[in-house]
Amino acid sequence: MFSSLRSLWLVFLKMFKRNVTIPYPEKKAYLPPRWRGRIILSRDPDHNERCVACYLCAAACPVDCISLQATEDENGRRYPEFFRINFSRCIFCGYCEDACPTYAIQLTPDMEMGEYNRQNLVYEKEDLLIDGVGKYPGYSFYRQSGVAVGVKPKGGGDKEDAPVDVRTLIP
Amino acid sequence: MSETWAQILIIICVLLGTVTIAAGLIYVERKMLAVWQQRSGPNRVGPFGSLQVLADMIKIFFKEDWIPPFVDKKVFILAPTIIMLSILMSFSIVPFAPGLVVADMNVGLLFFLAMSSLGTYTIILAGWSSDNKYALIGGVRGAAQMISYEVFMSLSLMGVVLQTGSFNMTDIVNSQKGLWNVIPQFIGFVIFLLAGIAETHRLPFDLPEAESELVAGYHSEYSGMKFGMFFVGEYLGITLISCMIALLFFGGWLGPSFLPGIVWFLIKMFAFILFFILLRAALPRPRYDQLMGLGWKVLLPLSLLNVLVTGAIVLLNS
Amino acid sequence: MAKVIIDNIEYDVPDGKNMLEAALSLGLNLPYFCWHPAMHSVGACRQCAVTNYRDANDTRGRITMACMLDAKDGTRISINDPKSKEFRAGNIESLMINHPHDCPVCDEGGECHLQDMTVMSGHNYRRYRFKKRTHVNQYLGPFLNHEMNRCIQCYRCVRFYNDYAGGKDFNVFASAGRVYFGRSEDGVLENEFSGNLVEVCPTGVFTDKTLKKHFTRKWDLTSSPSICHGCSLGCNILASERYGSVRRVLSRYNGDVNGYFLCDRGRFGYEYTNSEQRLTRAAQKNGSAETAFKDTANFINSKPKMIGIGSPRASLESNYMLRKLVGAENFYQGIPSAEGESVNTALKMLVESGVKTPSMKEIESYDSVFVLGEDVTNTGPMVALALRQTAKTLPRQKAYAMRIQTWNDAAIREVVQDETGPFFLATPYSTKLEDIATSVFHGDTTQLVNIARLVEGGIRNAGSGAGDSSNQDFASKVAKALLGSKKPLIVSGTGMLSKSVIQSAASIAVALKAAGKEVGISYIVPEANSLGVAMLGNAGFLEDAVKRSNEEPVSAVILETDLFFRMESDLAESFLNKLDKVVLLDSLENKTTPFADYILPAGTFAESSGTLVNNEGRAQRFYQVYVGKYDIKSSWAWLDMIMSQSETPRPFDEIVAEMIASNPMFEKINEVAPKADFRVGTQKIPRETHRFSGRTAMNANISVHEPKPPVDPDSPLSYTMEGYHGEQPSKDISFFWSPGWNSVQSINKYQIEVGGELHGGNPGMRLIEPSENGVSSVSIDPVSGNGAFEVLPAYHIYGSEELTSKSPAIAERTPGSYIGISSAALQKKGLNAASQISIQSGNRTWSLPVKIIESLPDNVIVVPKGFSKTVGMQFPFFTDIAQG
Repeated sequence: MFSSLRSLWLVFLKMFKRNVTIPYPEKKAYLPPRWRGRIILSRDPDHNERCVACYLCAAACPVDCISLQATEDENGRRYPEFFRINFSRCIFCGYCEDACPTYAIQLTPDMEMGEYNRQNLVYEKEDLLIDGVGKYPGYSFYRQSGVAVGVKPKGGGDKEDAPVDVRTLIP
Repeated sequence: MSETWAQILIIICVLLGTVTIAAGLIYVERKMLAVWQQRSGPNRVGPFGSLQVLADMIKIFFKEDWIPPFVDKKVFILAPTIIMLSILMSFSIVPFAPGLVVADMNVGLLFFLAMSSLGTYTIILAGWSSDNKYALIGGVRGAAQMISYEVFMSLSLMGVVLQTGSFNMTDIVNSQKGLWNVIPQFIGFVIFLLAGIAETHRLPFDLPEAESELVAGYHSEYSGMKFGMFFVGEYLGITLISCMIALLFFGGWLGPSFLPGIVWFLIKMFAFILFFILLRAALPRPRYDQLMGLGWKVLLPLSLLNVLVTGAIVLLNS
Repeated sequence: MAKVIIDNIEYDVPDGKNMLEAALSLGLNLPYFCWHPAMHSVGACRQCAVTNYRDANDTRGRITMACMLDAKDGTRISINDPKSKEFRAGNIESLMINHPHDCPVCDEGGECHLQDMTVMSGHNYRRYRFKKRTHVNQYLGPFLNHEMNRCIQCYRCVRFYNDYAGGKDFNVFASAGRVYFGRSEDGVLENEFSGNLVEVCPTGVFTDKTLKKHFTRKWDLTSSPSICHGCSLGCNILASERYGSVRRVLSRYNGDVNGYFLCDRGRFGYEYTNSEQRLTRAAQKNGSAETAFKDTANFINSKPKMIGIGSPRASLESNYMLRKLVGAENFYQGIPSAEGESVNTALKMLVESGVKTPSMKEIESYDSVFVLGEDVTNTGPMVALALRQTAKTLPRQKAYAMRIQTWNDAAIREVVQDETGPFFLATPYSTKLEDIATSVFHGDTTQLVNIARLVEGGIRNAGSGAGDSSNQDFASKVAKALLGSKKPLIVSGTGMLSKSVIQSAASIAVALKAAGKEVGISYIVPEANSLGVAMLGNAGFLEDAVKRSNEEPVSAVILETDLFFRMESDLAESFLNKLDKVVLLDSLENKTTPFADYILPAGTFAESSGTLVNNEGRAQRFYQVYVGKYDIKSSWAWLDMIMSQSETPRPFDEIVAEMIASNPMFEKINEVAPKADFRVGTQKIPRETHRFSGRTAMNANISVHEPKPPVDPDSPLSYTMEGYHGEQPSKDISFFWSPGWNSVQSINKYQIEVGGELHGGNPGMRLIEPSENGVSSVSIDPVSGNGAFEVLPAYHIYGSEELTSKSPAIAERTPGSYIGISSAALQKKGLNAASQISIQSGNRTWSLPVKIIESLPDNVIVVPKGFSKTVGMQFPFFTDIAQG
């Protein structure tokens, strides 16, 4: 009984407090860098596509809204032939970013993606790929991995020894 | 002759006035809730969102009025009209100012009680005809709640009637010239307030519609203007109960003479409407058994006691 | 049965197993690398460490390798003992030290045994901070990609390639931390079974190059149980699709047929299904494509005089429906009579001789082999692989006699060395199996038949017979060896297109049976369903169809046959021109297509379902993998729609039931596969894994509104991921997966015992069982024809088969056309090898480069079958050669 009256009073007092809401389109809210908004594909420091088409984002996606096809360039560097996100299905859970082993797929603090036509929410690679490294500067997957795909010679990666000479007899 | 015209004018004014106030309350409620919740509320349509009601009305009129194929069609259509009718009828006994009353009956208060009892039908019929389990549960809850609260709603008013010695609303207001009834009849006021909330099934006593458990309760299946009637009916109910509280306990149009009586009356009425909205903003919904327990175990004995004490005092004074 | 105790629980396990096999058969999880169910234990990788206790009172135990521990009565081990767990985690950490950070770009990722085992062992964080050892890769040809950095030195690849499959050009090099698996120099891996390295390698050192071009992860593939259409053996495969094209083929374990392996033709020959040449829409010559089907149906239902040309590469159902449509008397097999009569003879021998024809698995259990006239490696590659194991049956006995366990591979190999059992080859030219042969004979058809007669005579007279001395020598050796063994096996086939050779092989088998041997006979037939079509009953061949068209004007329905592949081109052309109207059902555009008035696009194995009968007489069902593009349908569906003039075919089961009723030989087909209404509980069996991705995006570029997934009315399989996700019934395994086992090694979980039958039995029904009494002798037709040279077909695993040869990877391995001749014969004719020589066949001259094949007899020349420049040549024939 008393608590009811008290809450009536306290709520009444709110009348004299400032609004906590922001009149959104006129005033933009601050979105932190780790905000899970529009998904992008980033490039590595050498300005090549970071995505290596490993399909892990697609597998992690709980609504199955990512689809891609791997292909290779003349050096054997793997990249997606197409990379499609159906944002009309996306729930912005960020699992794809978590799953990505190359920091290619990243969620950005942009959520203004409204469309009148659902078809316009289907983003292809051209729409997703940005010109920068996104949140993770400096990382280049192909410098870490063991394959030679034109980025470095065999054995030239970080933490790699030069290729073994199989013909040596030294024990 | 001119008296007849005056009467017709009053009827039209009251009708339009109450319905307009009820409609306007949609905006007021949303705005006030926002204020109490530190939000902006409607602010897109017109200055400060003031045309929101108009937009909502246009929307609701143009919405598809869908009658589900499984409902009992006749009853389904009839149900929402009852609430509008019964409440609007009740307004006929409300004296907004001296002489500004549609029907100054000598059984005015009884007529009000009778009409508000009729309101129960709307819930039962709507809930039953919808042929939907949520609607039916909502209807049953509504019926039980309204019938229960009706009992001590009437009893709580008996103190006022006893003091005044009349069921006529004008008499009741006039009898408060010295002292507003809220002072001697404080218990009656509190009981009537609570019973009024329950009667209009407003939050926190909106168990018949309790959207978290019953979708939308008895009007789950309604859409378009039929739903609109329930909606407006609810605001009419708030207005009516606010009017009644102002009349019965706060001296109606009585007040310092620098303002005309009708203004005093409207000020009092709106104060209670805002109080109703504050209740909605602040209080959670009780459980159904808590609501019934409160009614039967607390309010009923209290109102009986109130009648007994008031009766005794009136008897002693005479 | 032996009682073993694992983690204090007592289990019964079959005798002669090791503890790793026993544990896996019991469904327990124990990591391993070097052990392979087909290649057994060497105890090299140290990953299957368990704690072995002497008895119940032994609390300390000792760490030992489960794969080297005999599962005999009272063996007591613990898998979950902290000591052995720690050992396994430490071991895999060491193995992973140099493993590169490659999983995202590695084709094995997601179905990697190393990934699975790492997770299972609990190693999850790399502590090694130093530089990793790297290797240079090699070019290994169009089939395999090599990425040596990923190697964990389990030695499975060499053990398979060299020891199991008899490869010579692959080995392990260098020492210590530099161990390298590859060729001595870059180059194509020559062995016909190199593709199995993809499945044998526990990680991504060897990956499928054809898959690499359109890479898809295992979990994204829509797969169906299918049957390889590459040759007559009917190996079980898993064909997988994504985005409307076939992505890869894997071996589907069938303990009776191909076991764990597959030949490279079967594995890499699928690419023709994605060819640009595919027929995808119904069409007609003079009229609109929209009404093509309706017009075809109207034309056929107007009842013109009509013949049907069936096909040995089409399913039994399709051939049956065509036969029904045109009437049995108007049904012709789309093969030349030489081939057709050979197949018919082989079928007759299988049915009447009373000699058992073994399954491929059983072939491995025989102890002596005589191959007559067949180039098995190229006509039935997987039988050649089985024969390589057969050749070791007797030598292995020696090891067993020394009380070496059957699974102890390294020790057995030490005893066996290069020894092989009695293994005799009599072929026109040298074949790849000769490296394991005891003795070899090369001769023309007449000589081979004579040899067979001598062998038969030798067996019947216990070693003595008549004939010239050199042949006599070989024949008596063969006869003696076959008589001396318990389970002799005769392998022959239609390769020489000679009835006499087939009969001769049967006559030897019958003689051996009379001598009380547990003899088996295995015939290789030309194509996937050759035997099935022959079983349909008396049908003429292409020559008869041509004759018919000369007698009266007829139209023809041609089912999945390229007449230019089967006949000489001018004959095919005149035949097609003579036909009133031609209705063609086929999957690929070929030389016959321009002659067709109506074309209905038929599905390949990937877009159609059906039943095939393999060389053993085993009926097996292949399931549609995905719904074909545009108009593509199974041929039987088209034919049924024509007959009923409706837009949808009858359900597959109805057609199968009708076919079974039509021929008593087909009775058992009823049990080949479950009916379409079969459910596990209430659920269909999904073709897609539960991790299938991209469903709401893969078609979003066309329309964001997702289409309803196709429904399969013809099988208990669904085209989606919805359905039963436990272990599929053995006949409907659409992919191998088990929790924690994402690689093909999960097959262990599908078997009753490791390397044994699948739960619920191996799929496939044998339609032919040897008759009780059998014949006492087989009459052999005389070999006809003569001339300076007998021209025989040379078979090539890559190129001789019509459809697979259109796959780019296979085409890359196909050599150029040639005329094969011995240098002695060439000298005798005074010709030189530098320029082309020509031969005459029918009324056409074929001029081709010379290839010296010294093993050929002087009077035999060979020409590759089915190559673009030799296609249509009618073998065998006699001719003379000339320069130019």
